[in-house]
Amino acid sequence: MNQTTTLHAEVTQWLDEHWDPNMDLLNWRSLVADSGWGAPSWPSDYYGKDMSPMEASIVEQAFADYGAVGAAQSGVRMLAALTLLAHGSHDQKQKYLRGILTGEDQWCQLFSEPGSGSDLAGATTRADLRGDEWIINGQKVWNTSAHHAQYGLLLARTDWDAPKHQGLTYFVINMEQPGVEVRQLAQMNGHASFNEVFMTDAVVSRDDLVGEPGGGWKCAMTTLANERRSFDRARDIGARKGRQGKIFRDLEEEFAIANEPYTWYPQRAGRVDLILQRAVATGAIDDPAQRQDIARLHIMAESAKWTGERAKAAAKAGKPQGPEGSLGKLAASNVARLAARVHTAISGNDALLTGANSPMDGVIAEILVSTPAISIAGGTDEIQKNIIAERVMGLPKEPRVDDGPFRDVRRNTSGPTTKA
Amino acid sequence: MALVFTADQDQFRDSIQRFLSDQMPTSRVRQLMATDHGLDNQLWRQTSTELALTGIHIPEHLGGAGFGPVELGIALEEMGRALFCGPYLSSAVLSAYALLICADADQQERWLGDVASGERRCSLAVTESAGLWQNDDIQTKATGGGTASSLLNGRKRFVIDGQSADLILVAARADDGIALYMIDGDTNGLTVTALQTMDPTRKMADIELNDAVATKLTHAPDHLLDTLLNVACIALANEMIGGCQRLLDSAVNYTQLRYQFGRSIASFQAIKHRLADLLLDVELSRSAAYQAAQTLADCSDLRTLDEDQRRHLTEHASLAKAAVCETYLQTALETIQLHGGIGFTWENDTHLWFKRAKSSEVLFGTPAEHRERMMTAIESGNRSQENAA
Repeated sequence: MNQTTTLHAEVTQWLDEHWDPNMDLLNWRSLVADSGWGAPSWPSDYYGKDMSPMEASIVEQAFADYGAVGAAQSGVRMLAALTLLAHGSHDQKQKYLRGILTGEDQWCQLFSEPGSGSDLAGATTRADLRGDEWIINGQKVWNTSAHHAQYGLLLARTDWDAPKHQGLTYFVINMEQPGVEVRQLAQMNGHASFNEVFMTDAVVSRDDLVGEPGGGWKCAMTTLANERRSFDRARDIGARKGRQGKIFRDLEEEFAIANEPYTWYPQRAGRVDLILQRAVATGAIDDPAQRQDIARLHIMAESAKWTGERAKAAAKAGKPQGPEGSLGKLAASNVARLAARVHTAISGNDALLTGANSPMDGVIAEILVSTPAISIAGGTDEIQKNIIAERVMGLPKEPRVDDGPFRDVRRNTSGPTTKA
Repeated sequence: MALVFTADQDQFRDSIQRFLSDQMPTSRVRQLMATDHGLDNQLWRQTSTELALTGIHIPEHLGGAGFGPVELGIALEEMGRALFCGPYLSSAVLSAYALLICADADQQERWLGDVASGERRCSLAVTESAGLWQNDDIQTKATGGGTASSLLNGRKRFVIDGQSADLILVAARADDGIALYMIDGDTNGLTVTALQTMDPTRKMADIELNDAVATKLTHAPDHLLDTLLNVACIALANEMIGGCQRLLDSAVNYTQLRYQFGRSIASFQAIKHRLADLLLDVELSRSAAYQAAQTLADCSDLRTLDEDQRRHLTEHASLAKAAVCETYLQTALETIQLHGGIGFTWENDTHLWFKRAKSSEVLFGTPAEHRERMMTAIESGNRSQENAA
């Protein structure tokens, strides 16, 4: 407790000495990054202070209590940082981590391909070494924010004779080069949150290979393991909106751009929070059959919420994770699907309306055309069920037919690189 | 909110689990379910005296161990897992809570100590024609003078363990409203008829009361039947979740052992995905059951619940009952299906839990009735929020 107070006071004193809401955001964040307070759990050699996650959360709290802006957190940047910290070279950490914290550089993830979604390790984007450069050819898809990213985290195949997981290598690619073309991908709900990225003889310097050649899968797993946390953080920033000073105007602008792809995400989750008010507004609340459906949804959503709380409480108490910790994503899919059905039943014809006089300014219709995404994005329900069955319940794996040299593995016949 | 069990609570669960796997294997369940009373006196004594399970939730000064609904939930869950045969739900849970709420100090001394120690077994008789316990459903009449003795006339249905009860608590209507009345199991004017049901692990009886002499319990707080129903649903939900887990475990085990087409059938996605869906249902329902037990634990005095507490208790109790009983049945059906033909045989144990799931589904009201009851509680909460605003 004493330690907490001391650390909190130390941060507060630093803020007393340096914080000025009329600075511009980049200058302020440069100060924060160089002080080590922007990422205190990172090593002191790389913009951190070697602190435990516990101490880091105290620092974060001190910034929040003070009302000061911390290091940039939004989007894919933290995934990049954590992957580089775990697997990157000294030079890579020197080169990239500061721009991540100051917010100067945006990052994106280049993993999924048209031919490899659930089977991520089946990637066929190729990287060929030519002199001191890797030449990249292939296509990536579902790349959030790639259209304003300076750097990409790229998973590409460097060895076609190795088994598929062992032939992949992880790179940092400069997105601002002639060989990289980014196209926004229009979705069925009218938004365009993701991109397709086409790489044609794009160039990556030898120094930007992360980890070992053939060690890309391990690095990619590090990135994915941290994926969930980054989205939680992106939301935190919103809590500081509405304060006065240039720094906050800059922040809001950054936030608007960073979160533009996500405005439909609440609708994707089904908007259970709107159900009762809609049922009252439409009179559905007086229909016994509708009440049963609304009740079923309420039960599922509450039970899912409590299950998440159980998982958190167990982790906090230092207990080994039980099954409750692996079920959130699948539960969220079920809740969203049921919510879309119930919203439709409650609104009837009006659920179709998207223009003027539509229910809740088109939000109801947006729920209906957005919920199909939740059971696909970030790992399909089917993959989630495999993971639950195999890792949580200990059921045997499906027999594999994709071992041996990747060159010989059957794969999609569409896409630019069917066979090496 | 106690979303995670303490080390002591885990230890408590382990000790019950060990005891029941020793003393209540399915071979024993099958013997007991074939008897009239579904009860082993020696085992009941062990349960109540050695393990003191019958009094865990009773305050120490009334002869219990002084724990609460969370510990009781653990015991019930383990009993549901083992299909414990004996009047635990009827006597130790429902009747004991009824006495805690309605009996005055003298009456508690007279009966509650014996119920807490398992010395005497008591059943609670509320249901007449409807599943939910509602004032409108109570036609049984109490007449006669004073608190010392009343006369009861009427008919009660689906009285759990009514055929083996030493005492029966009856919900009856007098001029001044509905209260609970205690009668002796061998009193004149009481006729107990054992019911033939498809779930032989939970014994039930109809009772007829013709001028049966009874003692009125002193306290009859507002919304008494609602509160009792909430306790019943929360207890049942926690009991059911143990059965769900037992079924799921057996499905997981069996599908791994069973080989077809040269591989364990658990390696087929068609099977894995169903098991993953079941696990999700069971864990979500578990959260509902645990939350409901916690909400009950948060009510310091069930006799004087304020409106807010009662609303929460009703919402969470009905939510848990509706959620868990549907999951229980679904898990039982899937477990039979995943066993294939063997799952439909008498020899395979799955049907024992299937039948308990079926009887639990309709006991204390159907899932649809509880969803409606939950909705009403939620709406009254929203209305009172609006009024406050």
